[in-house]
Parts: sequence; C-alpha cells; structure tokens
Amino acid sequence: MSDPTGTAPAAAPTPTIHPIPSGTRDVLPDEMHELRAITATALRVFAERGFGEVSTPALEYEETLARGDVGGAPPAYRLFDEHGNVLVLRSDMTVPIARLVATRFTDAELPLRLCYAAHAYRAVRAKRGLPRELLQVGIELIGAPAPAGTAEALTVLCDVLDAIGFHDYRIGLGDVGLYQTLLDACVTPSHPPTARERVLHELVTRDFVGLEREVGALGLGREQTELLVRVPQLRGGPEVLSALDGPAGEAADGLRGVYELLEARVAERLILDLGLVRELGYYTGAVFQVYDPALGTPIGRGGRYDELLGRFGRALPAVGFALNAQPLHEALMRERA
Amino acid sequence: MSGDGLTIAVPRGALFKETLDLLDQIGIDTTEVRANDRKLLFGDVGIVTMRPSDVPTYVEAGAADIGITGKDVLMEQSEREVYELLDLGYGGCTMVLASVAGADPMEEARRRLGIVRIATKYPRIAARHFAATGRQAEMVEVKGSVELAPLTGLVDGIVDLTATGTTLRENGLVVREEIVGVTARLIANPVAHKLKAAAIDELLERVRAA
Repeated sequence: MSDPTGTAPAAAPTPTIHPIPSGTRDVLPDEMHELRAITATALRVFAERGFGEVSTPALEYEETLARGDVGGAPPAYRLFDEHGNVLVLRSDMTVPIARLVATRFTDAELPLRLCYAAHAYRAVRAKRGLPRELLQVGIELIGAPAPAGTAEALTVLCDVLDAIGFHDYRIGLGDVGLYQTLLDACVTPSHPPTARERVLHELVTRDFVGLEREVGALGLGREQTELLVRVPQLRGGPEVLSALDGPAGEAADGLRGVYELLEARVAERLILDLGLVRELGYYTGAVFQVYDPALGTPIGRGGRYDELLGRFGRALPAVGFALNAQPLHEALMRERA
Repeated sequence: MSGDGLTIAVPRGALFKETLDLLDQIGIDTTEVRANDRKLLFGDVGIVTMRPSDVPTYVEAGAADIGITGKDVLMEQSEREVYELLDLGYGGCTMVLASVAGADPMEEARRRLGIVRIATKYPRIAARHFAATGRQAEMVEVKGSVELAPLTGLVDGIVDLTATGTTLRENGLVVREEIVGVTARLIANPVAHKLKAAAIDELLERVRAA
C-alpha cells in the first residue's frame, strides 16, 4: 500500500521465497474475482448460444498433439508417465477437443457445439515475460461448414465480447487460402522449388520489404508482381473486397461469402485483412484475430480447421476461437480507465 | 500525437538527423525535438525518442504505433512481432567480419584450434553467419568499442556495423567478409497496423513520395 504522507512504511516481515516455474503465476483474490467474472460471463453466453462445456485432461499423449500439428503453438512441458509414455501439457484446447469428438461423439447430431474455460501451456520466446500457462475461454463448432459456421462463430465471438463489456474491439478476418491461391496463379514449375516458401516466409514474418524482394526475384510481369505485393497489405472494410478483381477477386470469394451472412452489428466490427496468414498449422480457411486498441497484441484468435478432425479419423468441417483471459482482463481495465 | 494520431518511435544516434529530416518532409514538425537533447517524449507531435535497439520493443508492445530503426536491429531481434513496412534507404551500413591487418588470425585459429572467437554487439547475426557458412565460432558479446577486443587478444575477429570503415582502419583492422548491407526501416505494431490502417497507409504514401 502506498502511504499518502510519503513516510516510509513500517518494516514488513521478510517473506520466505519459494520460486514458481518461469512463465507461471499465482493469482490473488482481487484479480481472481475479476478473471472469474470474465470467464463466467463467457461461459454463460456460450451456454445461451447452445454450447456445452467440456473438460479434457491437461495431459495428452505427445502423439495426439503431433497428429493435430500444433506447429505454431509448441507445448511448454513434456514428461514421462510411469510406463515411459511421453506426455505433454496441452498447448491449446482445439486439438484435445478434436480427439474427444472423434472418440466420443461418433453418432452425435451435427453440428456439435462445445465450449471450455481451461488452461493451456505453451513454449515462449525468451526474455519477453510471456506466460507459459494461459487461461483460455473458447468454443469449437464442429460439423458446420463455411460460410455459415464461420459466421456463427464470429457472431458468438461478438456476443461474448459485448457481454464482457468491451466497446472498442475489432476482429481481423482473413483467409489462409487466399494468398496460396494467388501464388498458385503466379508461381510456375519453372520457378525454383523453394520460391513459394521464400515468399510465404516473408509474409509470415511480417516483412513487406522482404516480400517485395522475394516476389521481385520471381521475375513476374508487372501486374502479377503488383498483385503478390499489394494484396497482402490490404485491410479495411468491405471496400477491400470490392477492389479485387481477376484471380484475387476469386480467391476472396470465401471471405465475401462469410461477410454477406453477418448481421450488421458483427460486420461493423470486422477488419478484412488479406495479409492474415496461418499462425497454427491446422488452420485451413477463414482465420481471425481479436484486437483492442488498449493492447498492442491480439487478445484472442480463431479460425477454420476443416482438416483437423479428419486426422483423428472423423472428417468434419469445424471452426473455433479462443480468448486469453489475462489479456482480456488487462484490455478491459485499460478500456475503462 | 502527430496530425494523424500515430505515435512514432524515433531512434537517437546515427539515424536521428535523417529521420527528423524525413519527418519534416512529410509534414511532422520536429523543431521541438531538435531543440531538446534530453527530453524523450514529444506528445504534441506524437514522437518518442530512444536508442535504436529499443524501437522494436516499444513498437511490439504498442507503446508506439510505428517506429524507425536499422535493419541490423531488426535482424538481431528477429523474433519481434512487428511489421516491416518500408526500406527508407538512408543510414546505409555494412555488417562485416574484420580482424587485425596482416596474416588473418582467424585463419590460424580455425586451422589449429578448430574454432574462432568473435566479439560483437550482434551475437545472433554473427552466429547465424558462421552457422550458415559451416564454421564453428564462439561469440563474445560486448556492449561497446568492439574494435578493442581483437587488439587485446580477447578474440580473433569481430562482427560489427561499419559505414565508411574509418574506425576499423584507425584501429588497424581490415574487413575480411561482408555479411549484409543494412538501411533504416519503417516498422509498425501489428494491432495498430489493423486498427489505424488508414493513418499508416497515408503516412506510407507520404514517405514514399518524400
């Protein structure tokens, strides 16, 4: 507590320090009360929209996560059980739920609407103070193809952010297939086999200077060069889509289909972002990120993963999102400041 | 805030003057920044000033919407989640591998010890260069006056940024390999890049036209 008179506080008893693992934290009552309010609101909204809450083990076999291809969200912790099996703490809830659906819901009526509030565990980049343990709330909508399933997920996302009390949030919506389609139209077998990857690498690392260099190295005509460099830098309202023609116009059909299904209150939250690319290995179509002006990093993300369930033996189109409770809390506090 | 509501992280040091000249050209008044050597925050025009190597930190966190820094800084901090929007062209330098003039001590170290010891302020760029060329090297990270390290026998060579080569020459060092050329870059916070898209694109247009 700060002392309004400015005098030194009375000496507090020296705490006995027992460290906790790097990237984890304790939560005390004031913060926990507010975090709980956020997760409870989210679960209430999910329930109202017909989503049933599930819980899965924090530990999964390593091969389960590997099957799901969690490339963009590597697990933080690996351990052995007493039989020598390699276990990992789940790095998100989407892969465990895909496993669960393939195993437990063989004859359920579709679409399946599932939700969760649970911890996930991720490896982090060094020296950034990033958490290895994340409290996430989210949904998985399984057996609901694009565009209607995507539109439903985006609508639930807005419902939940509204209910939590956000005013200024926006949702970036892109399509991981869009740029691939453009590359298909421009990169030919005569190009070096690594050409595609080199271009995509620049886009994934958000380097538009490098993108222009690598696209330039393809030696394409002016029009195609312009297409590959300019399109991923487009983001904004529906005018972004109407400005596209030719191959880019066709590649954006998926986004257009989703956009047309949205209620106005959802559509006005969207920023169509043609440069948004795959952050997790299993994303296939529409991807989205949640932004709040109060924070410099996204507070949630989601997308379609139409091929993930198939890897667990039950091919079903699916879409979902996860919001991170702690950044949500921080953004909410700053929005209200 | 600048006229368009953007906060700009401006690097002090070698890129400072040319960056302020550029901002003047695109209509952001830098008179106050030029007149104050110690002040760091210029809220009226949306400018914050800092060491070039801190620019990605502020921009990644969203404490500044956009920023200007050297490609050397961005390469050394390549895991930062920022957009690299534009090569500004000025501040041209070369990242080089250098050692004392005469017979190259790095050659003898490599042949007889199997490894070369390298002093640098850019341990990741240097390590990547040696790994990419199939050589073993041990990095010694120093914070300043890299040229001193090989003269005292601390290391066999250095990896450092040079514009004209004068400092290297004055310390009896010669360039052995050029690693990469670098220039000033314009970077943006990933959230600001979406939420303030119009302002950022408009500023990009003005910079391209300048």
